[in-house]
Amino acid sequence: MPVQETRLIFKHIDAAGYTNDLDCYLRHGGYEILRKAVQQKPEELCEEVMKSGVRGRGGAGFPCGMKWKFLDRKSGKPIYLICNADESEPGTFKDRQIIHKDPHQLIEGILISCYAIQAKTAFIYIRGEFPEGARILERAIEEARSKNLCGDNILGSGYSVEIFVHRGAGAYICGEETGLIESLEGKRPYPRIKPPFFPAVLGLYQCPTAVNNVETLCHVKHVIDMGGEEYAKIGTPGNSGTRILCVSGHVQKPGYYEFACGDLTLGQLIHDVCGGLRPGRSLKAVIPGGSSAKILRAGERYTGKLKDGSSFDWGLEDIPMDFDSLMAVGSMAGSGGVIVMDDSTDMVEALANINAFYAHESCGQCTPCREGSLWMKKITTRMSHGQARQEDVDLLGNVADQIAGRTICAFGEACSWPTQSFVLKFRDEFLNKARAQAGAASTNGNGAVPLI
Amino acid sequence: MTAPAQTDLVTVVIDGKEIAVPKGTNIIEAASRLGIEIPHYCYHPKLSVVGNCRMCLVEMGMPMIDRGSGKPILDDHGGQKIGWMPRPAIACATAAVPGMQIRTTTELVKQCREGVMEFLLVNHPLDCPICDQAGECRLQEFATDYGRGYSRFIEEKNVKPKRTRLGPRVMLDDERCILCSRCIRFCQEVPKDDVLGFVDRGSYSTLTCYPGKQLENNYSLNTVDICPVGALTSTDFRFKMRVWFLKQTPSIDTESSVGANTFVWAREGKIYRITPRRNDAVNDTWMADSGRELYQQVEAEDRLNACHASGKPVPAPEALQAAVALLKEGKTAIVGSARASLEEQFLLKKVARAAGGAPVHLVAHTGEGDGLLVSADRTPNLRGALLTGLIDTLPPASLEALGAAIDAGEVQTLVVVREDLLAAGLTEAQLERVRIIHLDTHRRPGLERAAVVLAGLTVFEKAGSFVNQQFRVQKFQKAVPGPGGAAEDLFLLATLAAELGGESMPSTPASVWQAMAAEIAAFRGMTFAGIPDDGVVVEAGRLAELPFVEGESLHYKPAAEAAGV
Repeated sequence: MPVQETRLIFKHIDAAGYTNDLDCYLRHGGYEILRKAVQQKPEELCEEVMKSGVRGRGGAGFPCGMKWKFLDRKSGKPIYLICNADESEPGTFKDRQIIHKDPHQLIEGILISCYAIQAKTAFIYIRGEFPEGARILERAIEEARSKNLCGDNILGSGYSVEIFVHRGAGAYICGEETGLIESLEGKRPYPRIKPPFFPAVLGLYQCPTAVNNVETLCHVKHVIDMGGEEYAKIGTPGNSGTRILCVSGHVQKPGYYEFACGDLTLGQLIHDVCGGLRPGRSLKAVIPGGSSAKILRAGERYTGKLKDGSSFDWGLEDIPMDFDSLMAVGSMAGSGGVIVMDDSTDMVEALANINAFYAHESCGQCTPCREGSLWMKKITTRMSHGQARQEDVDLLGNVADQIAGRTICAFGEACSWPTQSFVLKFRDEFLNKARAQAGAASTNGNGAVPLI
Repeated sequence: MTAPAQTDLVTVVIDGKEIAVPKGTNIIEAASRLGIEIPHYCYHPKLSVVGNCRMCLVEMGMPMIDRGSGKPILDDHGGQKIGWMPRPAIACATAAVPGMQIRTTTELVKQCREGVMEFLLVNHPLDCPICDQAGECRLQEFATDYGRGYSRFIEEKNVKPKRTRLGPRVMLDDERCILCSRCIRFCQEVPKDDVLGFVDRGSYSTLTCYPGKQLENNYSLNTVDICPVGALTSTDFRFKMRVWFLKQTPSIDTESSVGANTFVWAREGKIYRITPRRNDAVNDTWMADSGRELYQQVEAEDRLNACHASGKPVPAPEALQAAVALLKEGKTAIVGSARASLEEQFLLKKVARAAGGAPVHLVAHTGEGDGLLVSADRTPNLRGALLTGLIDTLPPASLEALGAAIDAGEVQTLVVVREDLLAAGLTEAQLERVRIIHLDTHRRPGLERAAVVLAGLTVFEKAGSFVNQQFRVQKFQKAVPGPGGAAEDLFLLATLAAELGGESMPSTPASVWQAMAAEIAAFRGMTFAGIPDDGVVVEAGRLAELPFVEGESLHYKPAAEAAGV
């Protein structure tokens, strides 16, 4: 039986006649929740978010309530809220839909969140490649201001808050929260060392700062609407709420779909929701959470124990699409970008593509990621250009091992996990490539044609 | 001297050894106190911590505490169990906290170091045979100590600019750069001249200067010192000498009263460069570019290579005899110098006394202070002249009083130490009226008029001490021999004093110090050999309250309102 989508965030998106202006949003009950929220005590709102268990939708899946709890309120410094709209993870395209098609939902979410953490200033850091999104947000903020939903003394509550849109200049690393903060401060987006620069204590302008993903802030609106406990009933324990999955790759109907967390398995997503693979093709692998997540290979069995103590024994297509299950099988839910590959995919070339991305986007601040990401790219590019060597397979894995866990920010993991998992799970394919190329070289007698 | 302030000590355990360090000390510093080296590139003790090189990764653990009860969790032996972090931590940004445990010898740490070394070398040109840094290169040293020793990299290396002139004194080779950002942070934090930065990203990141600007501040060469590799080199020292041939001699920068501590690097009697020597109470690890050029005076065109009497070059004893003969005629006045060493000033005072209590004049040399390591007082030893009693008030800007005395016919013979009399305000006519005995290192305008010229030595050719603006006595040692015709200033002055006064005079720094310790209260109990490398602050008494011209510098705050500033 096909699983039903649970559209919470995407309730109105793509609905006939729904537009992204304020009037339309108000007609659909917009800003009522904000009106309700500013009547409550901020601490109560934070408590609801805590109870909801809503986890960050940007990649790491950190509980939003906890993030807010860590904010340093004793320092007396102003608290800032930053909405991370630097959606850059390859395979992810959910935040853009929200920004383009329902910007007021995001703004309401930001306003409620600001009130909850008592921030007087919020920034929306939007990636440089979203000029239209930035325009839409600017307009939406102006509309909200004209109706006293934003700015001084909103809705007569005595609470004032300003929202600013800041456009990035096109760098993946600006999605890393401390890199984003540096960029927002006008500097190179070099991620900061933690400790001591945890954003909750020493964030923007060295003040306590909450950095939340676009989708997360939208979820906050629904948490306050429904109440934390009620919201937590959606999804499974520890994986509450809905999840937007962005499916790309070799499926019949790629696109964005919203489901209650854990409601469906990867197999259902591919076959029931996305119309299956292309005719005559079979599933080869899936990257379940954006390109930095470890790849899962068709035919693998995953066994182990979940957090609640229950044991599992899944094939690839049995994996429930929630945070904990994907972590249990050695990958992650990440940013929700599901990349499906069928048997036509050359894994060496696929990895070369991913490595090219990370080598291009490494900020260059710390050694392992800066040098390792480019080295891995050079190796995989060479391998896919007919000059693979048998020893490259172990070398690749070892270079990746020298990066993960030893860098300033999570980019180290992001760039090494694909290589680690590809090489581990498709070792034969990598070795075969080297063997085949060595054979080709011996037949023409001159070795492979050198790269330019 | 004052006792160091009491600070909270915390005890950490590094490789099984306990060490108590002040709270907040980072693990690199704590380990070095135990003699354990934690290799690092980007960390510099005098700059902010960025943690980007990842060379100092170590394993860190904390005593485990039961979250529920708050009680320590014990291991099988009854000791507190250590919770080791799964990921390695950077020692440079890890501050010591009580009970912290650090491991630097484990397999993980070894692998981390090997990994970082390999990464740093994959795009490094490995042009050590033509690189000036060779011999003092952290990349070479750590590759030997912590690297794997072989390369797995067969790809093409990145190509970057090889010869970029960042400024008049600094050359950049971007391919050698390991992007540690020390030079950038130095420019931002010390001279506050934020001209360096990175452009491009990832492995293509390139150090560069802000468009239209140059790295030309007076501290630019410090970037060369702190560059752990051969990316930044000095245009002056470049390609001149292999560093392992050079001998380091501790010395003092004489360009101002700050007295930055230095090393003079020489080989076979020739000086090749001057670099700062760390002194946390004076110059940290920095010095001004202007002070590094001073070695050029040793072989300068206008160097005095011989003593003269009646316009002819003569051996020093002969010149001294001529000088004594002049002095014995009486009516002597003396122009002392705040550029002379403490020992020379002491002996000059003896000369003055032996010459019948000849009046001593001194002239001030001032310029603009930069608030860092070049102060407004451009002499290294004004405080020495005060402490030795050569003068008892701050010197005026010109020798007006001496001029008046000459005009009144009170002066017949003038002993001049390292001073340009015309520049100091005397007129040609006044000089015509006196006979001059001039002790100096370089030819000055009007020197040919001197009856006797005594050729002395520069600071690089002798040992001695200066008293800097903090009343800190700092010594310098002899780095190279002086010219054959010149003599030790101490010998020259001691001979004059002895011949005139009829009593023997000490003529080495050690023996002069014996006499000074006996005669001068501030130096009581001190010996030349006993002065520590980082100097010692002496009790200045009322002298400290004089209105010295200096404003604030790196580690100096003026005690009294400066005169006329």
